Amino acid sequence: MADPAAVLKPLSPFAGLLPSTVGNITLSGVHAGHLTLLAPLRGKDLAAALKSAHGMALPAAGRSTGKDGARAIWFGHAHILLMGPVPDPSLAAHAAVTDISDGWAVARLEGAGAADVLARLVPIDLRAGHFKRGHTARTELAHMHASITRLGETAFQIMVFRSMARTMSHDLVTAMEGVAARA
Amino acid sequence: MRITCPICGERDRREFTYQGDAVALRRPAVDDMPEDWDAYLHLRDNPAGVTRDLWYHEAGCAAWLVVTRDTVTHAVLDADLVSRHPGGAA
Amino acid sequence: MRLGKGGQIDRSQRIGFSFDGHRYEGFAGDTLASALLAHDIRLVARSFKYHRPRGVLTAGSEEPNALVTVGRGGTQEPNIRATVLELSEGLAARSQNAWPSLEMDLLAMNDLAAPFLAAGFYYKTFMWPRAFWERVYEPLIRRAAGLGALSGQSNTDRYERAFAYCDLLVIGAGPAGLMAAQVAARSGADVILCDEDTRTGGRLNAETFEVDGKPGSDWAALVTAELAAMPNVRIMTRTTVTGAYDQGTFAALEKLAPEVAARPNTPREAFWRIVARRAVLAAGALERPVAFQNNDRPGVMMAGSVRAYVNRWAVSPGRAVTVFGNHDGAHRTAADLMAAGVHVAALIDSRPDAVTDLDVPFYKGAQVCDAQGRKGLESISIATTSGIEKMRTDCLAMSGGWNPTVHLTCHMNGRPTWNADLASFVPTPDAVPGLVAAGACNGTMSTHGCLAEGARIAAAALGDLGFKVPDMALPQAEDAPYAIAPLWAVPGKGRAWLDFQNDVTVKDIKQAAIENFRSVEHMKRYTTQGMATDQGKNSNVAALAVLADATGRGIPETGTTTFRPPYSPVSIAAMGAGAQGAGFAPQRFTTSHAASVAAGAPVVEAGLWYRPSYFPRKGETTWRQSCDREVTMVRNAVGICDVSTLGKIDIKGPGAGALLDFVYTNMFSTLPVGRVRYGLMLREDGHVMDDGTTARLGPDHFVMTTTTAAAGAVMRHLEFVHQGLRPDLDVSQCSVTEHWAQFAVAGPKSRDLLNGLLDAPVDDARLPFMACGDVAVQGIAARLFRISFSGEQAYEIAIPARYGDSLFRLLIARAEALGGGGYGMEALNVLRIEKGFLTHAEMDGRTTAFDLGLERMISARKDCIGKAAAARPGLVDPDRPQLVGIKPIGAVKQLTAGAHLFEKDAEVTRENSQGHVTSVGFSPTLGVFLGLAFLKQGRARHGEVVRLVDHLRGIETLCEVSDPVFFDPDGGRARG
Repeated sequence: MADPAAVLKPLSPFAGLLPSTVGNITLSGVHAGHLTLLAPLRGKDLAAALKSAHGMALPAAGRSTGKDGARAIWFGHAHILLMGPVPDPSLAAHAAVTDISDGWAVARLEGAGAADVLARLVPIDLRAGHFKRGHTARTELAHMHASITRLGETAFQIMVFRSMARTMSHDLVTAMEGVAARA
Repeated sequence: MRITCPICGERDRREFTYQGDAVALRRPAVDDMPEDWDAYLHLRDNPAGVTRDLWYHEAGCAAWLVVTRDTVTHAVLDADLVSRHPGGAA
Repeated sequence: MRLGKGGQIDRSQRIGFSFDGHRYEGFAGDTLASALLAHDIRLVARSFKYHRPRGVLTAGSEEPNALVTVGRGGTQEPNIRATVLELSEGLAARSQNAWPSLEMDLLAMNDLAAPFLAAGFYYKTFMWPRAFWERVYEPLIRRAAGLGALSGQSNTDRYERAFAYCDLLVIGAGPAGLMAAQVAARSGADVILCDEDTRTGGRLNAETFEVDGKPGSDWAALVTAELAAMPNVRIMTRTTVTGAYDQGTFAALEKLAPEVAARPNTPREAFWRIVARRAVLAAGALERPVAFQNNDRPGVMMAGSVRAYVNRWAVSPGRAVTVFGNHDGAHRTAADLMAAGVHVAALIDSRPDAVTDLDVPFYKGAQVCDAQGRKGLESISIATTSGIEKMRTDCLAMSGGWNPTVHLTCHMNGRPTWNADLASFVPTPDAVPGLVAAGACNGTMSTHGCLAEGARIAAAALGDLGFKVPDMALPQAEDAPYAIAPLWAVPGKGRAWLDFQNDVTVKDIKQAAIENFRSVEHMKRYTTQGMATDQGKNSNVAALAVLADATGRGIPETGTTTFRPPYSPVSIAAMGAGAQGAGFAPQRFTTSHAASVAAGAPVVEAGLWYRPSYFPRKGETTWRQSCDREVTMVRNAVGICDVSTLGKIDIKGPGAGALLDFVYTNMFSTLPVGRVRYGLMLREDGHVMDDGTTARLGPDHFVMTTTTAAAGAVMRHLEFVHQGLRPDLDVSQCSVTEHWAQFAVAGPKSRDLLNGLLDAPVDDARLPFMACGDVAVQGIAARLFRISFSGEQAYEIAIPARYGDSLFRLLIARAEALGGGGYGMEALNVLRIEKGFLTHAEMDGRTTAFDLGLERMISARKDCIGKAAAARPGLVDPDRPQLVGIKPIGAVKQLTAGAHLFEKDAEVTRENSQGHVTSVGFSPTLGVFLGLAFLKQGRARHGEVVRLVDHLRGIETLCEVSDPVFFDPDGGRARG
């Protein structure tokens, strides 16, 4: 391809939208690597396969395993989301494996008061004693289907469908302003 | 209103989509009597009291639930996965 | 007047404000009401119906009279109670409901016409003549009535909503609430303590009581400081819990402090949903007036509120105050006024056996029976055993006793219980699951009683929740008895006010009883008692006592009206917080959005998605020109259209084929790998739900496409069928809609375009019509489907969404080089109408496969959702409207969707309608308008001429009925 305009270039869902900082809180887009949905097949052992292929335990409902760069996140009644690594081919014998790397916008909300920001948009109990580090939930964020995972005391991972990245940024930044104004 | 999803725990009503009577799980066979199909599709009780209906945890884990609740007191008595109620068994 | 010392105001901080354009000064800590009273302003409002002069009655959120408007234009807010409006620098409040001014209100002539405006006058007066209602009466009433006015402009303030969770919610931060919160906090429970006031303490701020040897307000401040320092406690002042809902959900309205709300990008109010495992209602009690002639004169106030103004705000509402009550508590008003150095003209107690040791003229067994002074109290008449005595006074502090604030306990259909000792309703236990009342709202009237009950009830609730409650000593406090003898209305001829806000008098209630509106609910609606913005907080109990008397029943038999949320007014803006502007609904943008907008394409909403309508080019001035050109371009060269918004569902597992066979009418388990099939999906009631193509990418792997509109519904349906009806199938489904950017490449030059782009070329042998396969573009893995919604040789190419923007621009550039370009929704619609392809305009939820001519798609070899119902005689009745095509053949060449069809010579009546038009478009290919329509027995009527009538747009034309496929009926062009 001689013409540079003719070369396919990847674009992040948050291009031109994030990062954004209000007060002490920052919302930023995350390059999460591969996003792979795993739906366990009956009579197979996805837990063992995941452990041996990626060194992660199969997360129970509402939990995530692994660490930054390689996580397994519970993603609904039928699915686990493998986030980060290229899925090992051995997984396909134990689960329906679906690449959804480009289907979701992944953001990180961090800073003192991050939980207060989320509490303006998310109807679940986010208290630190109830939604601990590594806990995850499928819920809604201002009418958008979302996946929320607590990464730390004041850090959350937030996922919505890619097409809604702009609305998600708008709604979160608005909530960040409301929280910051009271500080 | 809050429903305790057997997978996710107690959640606000807004995460769920209401579908109607749990009779929808008792699907007749294709060649059953028209009366059976009529009852299945169209005839519904409207009880003042305990009722069982279907809710979809749409903005949650995507599980379909049979929710037992009281239309008078608004108490939610039970919520269970539809897959544990084959043929609509209570 | 402002007292020289005392009060919980900050005299070092002067605050300038205005009322009706006049400038005044108050202090930090003042409300508008206290600041106005400090300036001896007694007339602050006009009443709703009779426009009577009114003054401040109370010191709280129950205030019926002192309503003002604040702000202008987009920030204007009417009906703000001056008694809870915090003073802030520059505050500009205006009186309302008066014209031309508060002092001289011409609508006060209503007051003179009062004999004609009694209860039920609306119903009686405006009955006749009927036609007058809409044209005369209603506009007239609307001009005269109403409380405050909206600006008519869009609200520019920001509002917020939020969710909160706790173990124990404490509603009210008076002695009972503070004590409950302290017990819970020390037990380690998560506590939310809400109070509508700007500070905690409740009545302790208004009284001179001591707690633990300290002034009550100091004790409250100490406890509050302890709580505020604890991580498990959230104190929410300025926050009214407005409703109790199911499963421990409470609504609360937080008004941000004026200095906070004034910051940029800051909400003015926040609407909270609080979920609590247990709740303590410690909302206190509201003092009730006594009804007597002209008891609404400005200067007649609640006795407890007078104490609040004196003790909290260091304001005396009068210079010669009289006190009138029916219980010992009222005497405290006289005592506090005297301690503050204010002259008390008299203490009047309706109880014959009342005693006092205060050094004031004391009238026992006496009642105030009239008040004089139209715009401000000048004197009162006292009915004593020896006759009527007149007394000069500029403020009357009255008390008919206290009504426990039972409201929240009744929000789930509960009714309060009558307590004769207190002459009040008290909460009925367990009326709201998990909510227990404590303190004055439970009928416990002493400070000691409130503290003890708050502690006890919190401890019990925490014990239920498994918390270990520490032993705590109760602080010392007064424990005086509440000795009350009921007094509702003083006998007399004149008008004695009950509901100050809606102008309801004792007479009105009696009139209702005479006219047989004896049920309390009927009385309420007939007289409008309790139906104003204050919901009768300080008048309902007295009104039903009057009704009970008039109907010869007891108060408990008469009962209360229904208490409904919200406890106090909540702005719609707060309830809809976050939904203004971009927050209204999520916006979904395709990856090609930026490029489409850059190309000048207007976008249209398709559900939550935004899609290009058409791509205008130089010289094109109307959408039709662009649309016609785009259609022709696709038919003759090649067009590009973003079809990513169609739902794409990955279905995987050994049971995938069986699931598809069950949800589609036709077979999919037999579809070869690498092939695509059109599928029709029914609802169980036999009507069409959705259609689309499904491709088999592997033995256990299908990808289904749905229409844009039904993507969510189909996903929900698949999950239901799988989980609820076929849990035996080992299959899973997930949405991949957003992972793939998918573009239609349609037209005779589509293959040429693609072969200049794909890493390996395709041909008809490798990729015939309705085939699919993996391809690559610049090494990026993509999928190619040989499917067509235009009827042309066409492909859809799917690439991971991150490359969507890039690929779309590339496709457009290539298409333009081949004489084509992008096409939008308008052209897409015309192309499919030319081919008779369906959308939800045809699959409108009422049509069947039979109606659409697709009944042969229902496989006889298997069961499927909707099969049994679809075979019912009514759903295959030949008389049903069937899908046809129509073309105009008369003088009028336009067709419109929504028009009805009639036999050519039949009368155009509703009964004669033969069907309706669902979709229309001008076909540049055929040079004529084309329409799709449903027509009774339509398939047997091809060639017939029918009449199209669109009453809405005034269009009528003759049409020829035809097959719905207008163009290339044998499909040769799509096959290539």
